[in-house]
Amino acid sequence: MQTENVMKQYLKNTWLGIWTVLVGMKITFKHLFVPAVTIQYPDVRLKLPERERNRLYVNMDDCIGCDQCSRACPVNCIDIETVKSIPGEDLGITSNGKKKALWVTTFTIDFAKCCYCQLCVFPCPTECIYMTDVFEFSEYERSNFLYKFSTLTDEESAQKKINLEKFQAEKEAQKAAAASKPAAPASSQEEKKSE
Amino acid sequence: MYQYLYDLTGSGILSAFIVASFPLVNVLIVVVVGVYLERKVSAHMQDRLGPMRTGWHGSLQLIADFIKLLQKEDISSKDTDKFLFNLAPVLVFTAAFAAYATIPFSSKLIGSEAEVGIFYIIAISGIVVVSILMAGWSANNKYSLLGAMRSVAQIISYEIPTALVVLSIVMLTGTLSLGKMSEMQTAYFWNWNILGGAGFGFTKFLLIPFMVVGFIIIYISTLAETNRTPFDIPEAESELVAGYFTEYCGMKYAMFMLSEYGNMFAVSAIISILFFGGYQSPFGYFGNSLNAHWMIPYEQAFWFLLKSWIFILVQMWLRWTLPRLRVDQLMTVCWKYLIPYAILNLIIIGIISLL
Repeated sequence: MQTENVMKQYLKNTWLGIWTVLVGMKITFKHLFVPAVTIQYPDVRLKLPERERNRLYVNMDDCIGCDQCSRACPVNCIDIETVKSIPGEDLGITSNGKKKALWVTTFTIDFAKCCYCQLCVFPCPTECIYMTDVFEFSEYERSNFLYKFSTLTDEESAQKKINLEKFQAEKEAQKAAAASKPAAPASSQEEKKSE
Repeated sequence: MYQYLYDLTGSGILSAFIVASFPLVNVLIVVVVGVYLERKVSAHMQDRLGPMRTGWHGSLQLIADFIKLLQKEDISSKDTDKFLFNLAPVLVFTAAFAAYATIPFSSKLIGSEAEVGIFYIIAISGIVVVSILMAGWSANNKYSLLGAMRSVAQIISYEIPTALVVLSIVMLTGTLSLGKMSEMQTAYFWNWNILGGAGFGFTKFLLIPFMVVGFIIIYISTLAETNRTPFDIPEAESELVAGYFTEYCGMKYAMFMLSEYGNMFAVSAIISILFFGGYQSPFGYFGNSLNAHWMIPYEQAFWFLLKSWIFILVQMWLRWTLPRLRVDQLMTVCWKYLIPYAILNLIIIGIISLL
């Protein structure tokens, strides 16, 4: 009785061994003719989702240099420096009708720091900073991640600074001239100058 | 072939070299096409594409790999036994290649028409065991040694069912020569050994089920002898970091790969000779019907390669179907299942062939 059961089990094992291999082979053979799911990435690309967050882009034509994106940034990767324009300079109008008043001499985003949180995008009053669909921008040098968006060259921005200083100096001079005319006390005048 | 070349050139050494170069070229082609097919078949079975970027559908991938392997530095770690370490890859390929000596590619292209053909192949494949142990031992690495010991245990165990099935065919055909075995299965496919051999009558039909059993046994056991999945535990990448050739790199590693694919083809060729008529066409030759008898050896070579490639493809198919066997399961399959069935099969075929 015992040996009979062992024998039965033995034959059953043999049969199961062969049968399950055949079942598996049938499945793999079927999959041989299933079209591959591979997407050949650099040639064929998946459509990115609607609200994807990738590399930022700044449209400098619209930027008014308000510094709100920089302040919103949790990792301080946006670096903005502005210079006031002097009267008579026409900086143009943004696409939603705001008048620009500041020369944006530096607008640098360090993508090595950027965490792609999109928090800088919402405060922008002119919607000039936004996410693009570019996600392949690896570099060999970390310094290459500093993206400079400012449209002004270094000489131009230096010139703007000098212009402003000159203008301010003129203004001061004018003020001083205006103040000296009504013959104000000399002590208060000196105080104002030192300020 | 050798005799013809000997008459032509008058130099025994030269003609021997030319005859030996045919299997060598065949082994190289098997490796090139085999590795490419392995990748493609595995990829498509897993709904992938496999190599696509080197050449048309990745067809130059192996050439790229080969150049990479050639450029690699030949590293051997400090405590290796240098002599054995360098000898093992040469020996493993020698053993794999030596098996081709008695395999008939067609009626005119046989390296050696030795009477002990199949016996010689079983004997020479024992050298593979030695070289694997050599590789594992000399590397001085525990994973290599473990892999080598598992491999040796596996190959020696699985040689028994292989030899038993070969023995049953030898009893039926009455010859050890592979060339004669192929000749006996001539004409049409119903003369193949899997369908009872060339004889006709009651015994032929009696033989068929036992021949099928024998074929399944020898297929499983030769799969284990070539260390392929599901019996690839000696070189399990995930467990033993490639087993006995962990420490090898560059061309020495390529030698192991070469011998693996060489073995795959040799084993498939032996199965096709033993059970599926070797180089014989399943339905006559065009050379006969067109009255162009010079065509026949070429047709025979075609059929031989076709049959062997079908078995190689089935090996790949199995590789990507089945998971790896555990060590104890491996030994159970061999000693508890294959060997008893093979012995039973041997006895029954012996009795039937006496009838």
